[in-house]
Amino acid sequence: MATTVHMEALSPTMEEGRLVKWTKKEGDPVKTGETLAEVETDKAVMELVARADGQLVKILVPEGKTVPVGDPVAYIGAPGEKVGDGGPAVPAAAGKGMGEGGRGLPPPPPTPAPAPQTTVADERVKASPLAKRIARETGVDLKLVSGSGPGGRVVKRDLEGGSPAPPAPIPHPPSPIPVAVRSGAAYEDVPLTQIRKTIARRLVTSLGPIPHFFLTTEVDMERAADARAALNKDLGDQGKVSFNDIIVKATALALARHRACNAWFQEDHIRYWNEVHLGMAVAVEDGLITPVIRHADQKTMSQISVEARALADRARRRQLKPDEYTGATFSVSNLGMFDIDQFTAVINPPEAGILAVGTVVEKPVVLEGQVVPRRRLRLTMSCDHRVIDGATGAVFLKTLKQMLENPLAMVL
Amino acid sequence: MATSFDVIILGGGPAGYVAAIRAAQLGLATAVVEKEKLGGVCVNIGCIPTKALLHSAYIARLLQEAKEFGVEVGSVKTDYGVAMKRSRQVSDQNSRGVEFLMKKNKVTVIKGAGVLQPGKKVKVGSDVYEAKKGIIIATGSRVKGIPQIGLEINKSTVISSDEALFLEKTPASLAVIGAGAVGMEFADIFNAFGAKVTLIEALPRILPLEDAEASDTLAKSYKKRGIDVIAGAKVTKANVGKDKVVLEVEAGGAKQTVEAAVVLMAAGRAVNTENVGLKECGIQLTDRGFIKVDQRLQTSTAGYYAIGDVAGPPMLAHKGSREGVVVAELLAGHKPYPIRYDNVPSVTYCHPEVASIGLTEEQCKERKLDYVAGKFPFSANGRARGTGETEGLVKILRDKKYGEILGAHIIGAHASEMIHELAVARENEYTVEEVDLAIHAHPTMSEAVAEAALDSLGRVIHM
Repeated sequence: MATTVHMEALSPTMEEGRLVKWTKKEGDPVKTGETLAEVETDKAVMELVARADGQLVKILVPEGKTVPVGDPVAYIGAPGEKVGDGGPAVPAAAGKGMGEGGRGLPPPPPTPAPAPQTTVADERVKASPLAKRIARETGVDLKLVSGSGPGGRVVKRDLEGGSPAPPAPIPHPPSPIPVAVRSGAAYEDVPLTQIRKTIARRLVTSLGPIPHFFLTTEVDMERAADARAALNKDLGDQGKVSFNDIIVKATALALARHRACNAWFQEDHIRYWNEVHLGMAVAVEDGLITPVIRHADQKTMSQISVEARALADRARRRQLKPDEYTGATFSVSNLGMFDIDQFTAVINPPEAGILAVGTVVEKPVVLEGQVVPRRRLRLTMSCDHRVIDGATGAVFLKTLKQMLENPLAMVL
Repeated sequence: MATSFDVIILGGGPAGYVAAIRAAQLGLATAVVEKEKLGGVCVNIGCIPTKALLHSAYIARLLQEAKEFGVEVGSVKTDYGVAMKRSRQVSDQNSRGVEFLMKKNKVTVIKGAGVLQPGKKVKVGSDVYEAKKGIIIATGSRVKGIPQIGLEINKSTVISSDEALFLEKTPASLAVIGAGAVGMEFADIFNAFGAKVTLIEALPRILPLEDAEASDTLAKSYKKRGIDVIAGAKVTKANVGKDKVVLEVEAGGAKQTVEAAVVLMAAGRAVNTENVGLKECGIQLTDRGFIKVDQRLQTSTAGYYAIGDVAGPPMLAHKGSREGVVVAELLAGHKPYPIRYDNVPSVTYCHPEVASIGLTEEQCKERKLDYVAGKFPFSANGRARGTGETEGLVKILRDKKYGEILGAHIIGAHASEMIHELAVARENEYTVEEVDLAIHAHPTMSEAVAEAALDSLGRVIHM
């Protein structure tokens, strides 16, 4: 009897996957755990692995096609075994485009899943009712538990003893995203990639319903720049601290002092976080993703530096694990490297704020009656007015500004 | 006939023949060695014929009460011989059904007694067969007597179920030793067919493995219809005569004498581990005499697997069948989902029936679990009142903290059919809430299951 290979939910928010490449051909022998195909999810390119031993007897979905999670994509069976061709499983490409148009309402934005307190009750997680109940009452995030029940379902046994281990990541080298090739035609329709679709869906759930307002301040970075230079001289070969690392650290510390800005809007309540998990927007080919530096307020500058670089690197190579890009309590977006002086960033719900960081520019400033050249930085904070009021945001920004202007304040 | 197969199975009972079908489905060349009829004890001298006889008993009792229901049938006469012959037909049909299934699935059936040999070989008569992938031992079990007190089965005055199933007529009086499932069922049958029945159990209550509430309900019901029930009783001496047996029984410090035309031994079963070549193949037994197996049901010798009664308790056909499926899938290179031995339903088909799954209330107490018992009696169920089957109840033991169903017990008509709702629930880790959420049709006896679930939450409706 053949085993059907289904498109699996390789990330918590994945609803469909694009079959980038089959790594096995029809007729190839396969073993449980072996990679069958590369699948582009809404976040990354991941591996679809075999759940049975045998032979890849039939491929149902050609490379480049997108199919919803749960649809059959191939069969594994005994050598020479005949299986149905599963015709209807593959949506006809022509009329339906990439299959998004006809599908029902978009799902609600996923609740990011960080530290233990998260609620899990209302999400579609493969878990037994008992496991859900236990998870709810013990504060375990079911999305981080790998299920040992039928079909990977989380069962009671998986929640017994010790803290749940996050699902094993499937590391993968970057896979090329199709690039539009210039041809003679007047235009070319390029299907939305999964990450673009997710970005599109999430942005309209942000700017539309969230009453944004913006606060801008200019920060004198002279001392920070000096401190950075001194630090990097000391560190030598052991790495470099960037302006961004300093801003991340200062933001985290300021958030720890202003819990009012370190919060999630949760429809019927506001969750004020005592922990600071800082999201850090990283541009990746074809989009952006926000890996999270956990407990950023408690980490040293050099820890942050190392971690931020590793996360950004893994993000660009699309190797982030789901728990590495969910659960931020506040985010920072930096376009300084592109010489942007100042911009506004879109809030990443349910977070209540995001800080947009411009470039450090040397400019004439009037100081004690004298025009002097100073290195200056413009910070713009986007606030969700349902959580943060003007003065609340301003007080937070003031603390942040003070820390950056007097880096010694960070060690207080 | 071929002498080489992928899988050779020793024993064509419910464990062995199911393993054979599954192995064949998975494309393995499969042979079953069986010395008697296919289907084993279950089909030929166990589950199946007793269910036929129990239905005869049910009809006899129903007809005696028919007048109450507005149906008069005159005086009711019973004939055990006729009921027995019908039960034989049912068994034969089932055994032929297994033969057909073997053919349909292209399983080779080798007639004869198989003896294991090293190197994954089985000798049947003078022929030797070889298995490439594995040998599955499914030789089952048989009834046993108590020779220590002189109660050796003599097939006339001291019999086992093997003989009881072939009696031409009801003995005038019958003492049943052992009030587990087999003893309970034969007491029920012979009582309905007019024998004076005494039921003797060594442990403090009848149906000792079931919830105490099941034991109490059945003891009451049996006494009401004239069955003598002696529990916590020790048979100290047996005088086996030519046409009667006199038993000396000690219970609660008092001695009494039980005289019966026939004694039916229903005190446990012995596994068939002798003369099958286990020792020669290095296959070890447990302290209790079962074949020692690992989690994959493999014995101490690689390539030899054991399933069913020989592989250990519970000695139930459906447990053996599932083990057969699992081993067949393992041998075919699949990864079957492991068996949950704590979720095997247990059923006794006496009237009223007793069906259970999971822990008894006594076990919950022993394990110091924080539980709530939700109960609903069939006397409060409309359907049960309509059919006059108001004996018994549904009892669900719910874990207080998370609502897990720790155990469930149904005592009543059709309990054997109703228990599976709770088996599915437990297997899938539904809590009592999910059981109630599924709408139960009205009027059905199954409503009592939902009501017991609600009762465990303190919000029973119809009581």
